[in-house]
Amino acid sequence: MSVMHDESIYTPVMARLGKVEQLTKLEKLFTLEMPDGASLGNEPGQFVEVSLFGIGEAPISISSSPSRSNGTFELCVRRVGDVTNALHSLQPGAYVGIRGPFGHPFPTASMKGKDVLFAAGGLGLAPLRSLINEVLDQRGSFGRVIILYGTKNPSEVLFKDELLEWAEREDVEFHMTVDRGDENWRGHVGVITTLFPRVTINPRNTVAATCGPPIMYRFVLMELLGKGIPESQIYLSLERRMKCGVGKCGHCQINDLYCCQDGPVFCYKDIKGLEEAL
Amino acid sequence: MSLWIIEKEKMAPFVANMQSDYRVVGPQARGTKFAFAEVSDPGDLRLGYNTTILPPKKYLQPPEERMMTFRRPDPGVGRGEPRAKMTLEAPPTVILGIHTCDLHGIKVLDQAFGQGYPDAHYLARRKNTLLVGIECLEPCDEHSFCKSMGTSTATDGYDLHLTDLGGAYAVDVGSERGAALLEQYAGAREATEADMQQLNKVLGAKWPRFPYKLDLDVGELSAMMSQSYDSPEWEMLGDKCLACGQCTLVCPTCFCFNVYDEVELNLEEGERWRRWDSCQLDEFARVAGGENFREHRAARLRHRFMRKGRYLEEKYGELGCTGCGRCARSCLVDISPVDVFNDLHGVRCDGGE
Repeated sequence: MSVMHDESIYTPVMARLGKVEQLTKLEKLFTLEMPDGASLGNEPGQFVEVSLFGIGEAPISISSSPSRSNGTFELCVRRVGDVTNALHSLQPGAYVGIRGPFGHPFPTASMKGKDVLFAAGGLGLAPLRSLINEVLDQRGSFGRVIILYGTKNPSEVLFKDELLEWAEREDVEFHMTVDRGDENWRGHVGVITTLFPRVTINPRNTVAATCGPPIMYRFVLMELLGKGIPESQIYLSLERRMKCGVGKCGHCQINDLYCCQDGPVFCYKDIKGLEEAL
Repeated sequence: MSLWIIEKEKMAPFVANMQSDYRVVGPQARGTKFAFAEVSDPGDLRLGYNTTILPPKKYLQPPEERMMTFRRPDPGVGRGEPRAKMTLEAPPTVILGIHTCDLHGIKVLDQAFGQGYPDAHYLARRKNTLLVGIECLEPCDEHSFCKSMGTSTATDGYDLHLTDLGGAYAVDVGSERGAALLEQYAGAREATEADMQQLNKVLGAKWPRFPYKLDLDVGELSAMMSQSYDSPEWEMLGDKCLACGQCTLVCPTCFCFNVYDEVELNLEEGERWRRWDSCQLDEFARVAGGENFREHRAARLRHRFMRKGRYLEEKYGELGCTGCGRCARSCLVDISPVDVFNDLHGVRCDGGE
């Protein structure tokens, strides 16, 4: 007996590709429209499972903030595996499968009234951007907004227009660095930790959000803790292999936690004792 | 509920009667071993089997399962809307002769697939499946440690539960569905006082046959595992382990899976499947960028034991290890949970003195 119906959490819905923007050599920004103009209903820090039939499925963090959804959402995707390479070959008008949004988001509401410090390394800016823009769109509800962003070199810088906007805003403290400059680079050179001495903060009233390559977290954490920010006010977005996105398949486990359900955004105090976290 | 009796000569008709409405599966001989398989001739059933190669899990979470069919956009052009449709295989099934350790394993699966986001594929099969347990009267072999894990008997988790009384099976009814199955197909009679006495005698004689294998009480296992996280034992075991993944394939409480697509030659239609995966394999936690979040064998092996001894219990309220011994039986380098748990416990006790 074989029956068919569509109550499975594993069956994606079809979203349509709108704008596709080449951000760097490896990264594109995809705008997607859900069927019938429905809202994705995401919160900052969540992710979706992206399906390309015949290729597979991959977890991708949502890069746009709910405050700017307008019935669409954005994914900033590095061309690195089967699914993402295939995604990069698609043109506007193509359809991709979407499941989600999944996962534990940034606690945006409880950050209100606080100063917010962002530390993004490389592609780590993609998930943080959803929170950054959410905060900027409710600017009056938050204290200072400090954004630290580092990439390996100038050619890997993402969202250049938005960075310029952040840099020009009076109410945003934006600092940027590259590990290695080139002949045209006039900015700061050094790893992201070299930006921390440039900012003074009120640690008790500061919430930090950070995302970057695995190697970055230890060093950024040392800086954040060194500035006196309590462990309970530091949030990290972690990457893992997430096949199902719903806490079943086991791939994303970090000790006893499931990155896809308990994360991808974790509070540092909850994971600092877990060897597999960082 | 009252106790029922099925005379042994009535077992074959019972099975045959059920077969008109159900796929009936049960333990059958495979060389010197046993395996759960669909019953074609009721005479092939071996309810007195020791253990099976794979647990009956395979009927609830098949080794490979088609999850959906899809239609791709027109190849080449990349346009046109793709479609996906869930597929579900959930034949009405009776699993006959489930050992009590495996009944316990199914409780873990029920939690894993039912909690949080419901897994419609598993739950539909589970709903269409009746479980008929059989009371174990002696340990399967030297690897069994069910008594230590508290799984050498069962008080729930079944629709019907059989106990071999010699010439007949005593039948305990565990659910309304079980009662209906018994009434409709079995030709059972109510137990007499003499049957009850025989049952008590059989159950009383069983207990001494099962040895305690663990040096610690099962109630301490989770805390012991927690304290053993940094034990040097994991490195030693990691050096020995071949990372072949057999232990997870035969485990009644392992449910991790991978997902993959298959495309027809016309490149337009295809299917998405899932299949059993193993946290012991090198690529299990590797992401596309190349980072492997559990790169070392010792870390992978520790993760498996942590799941069995602690994580699953904390998440699902059911022990993650049933004491069935299958992983030890299948291990090529003789890694046994009894030895691992006892060694960790021993080190902890020595360290405390």
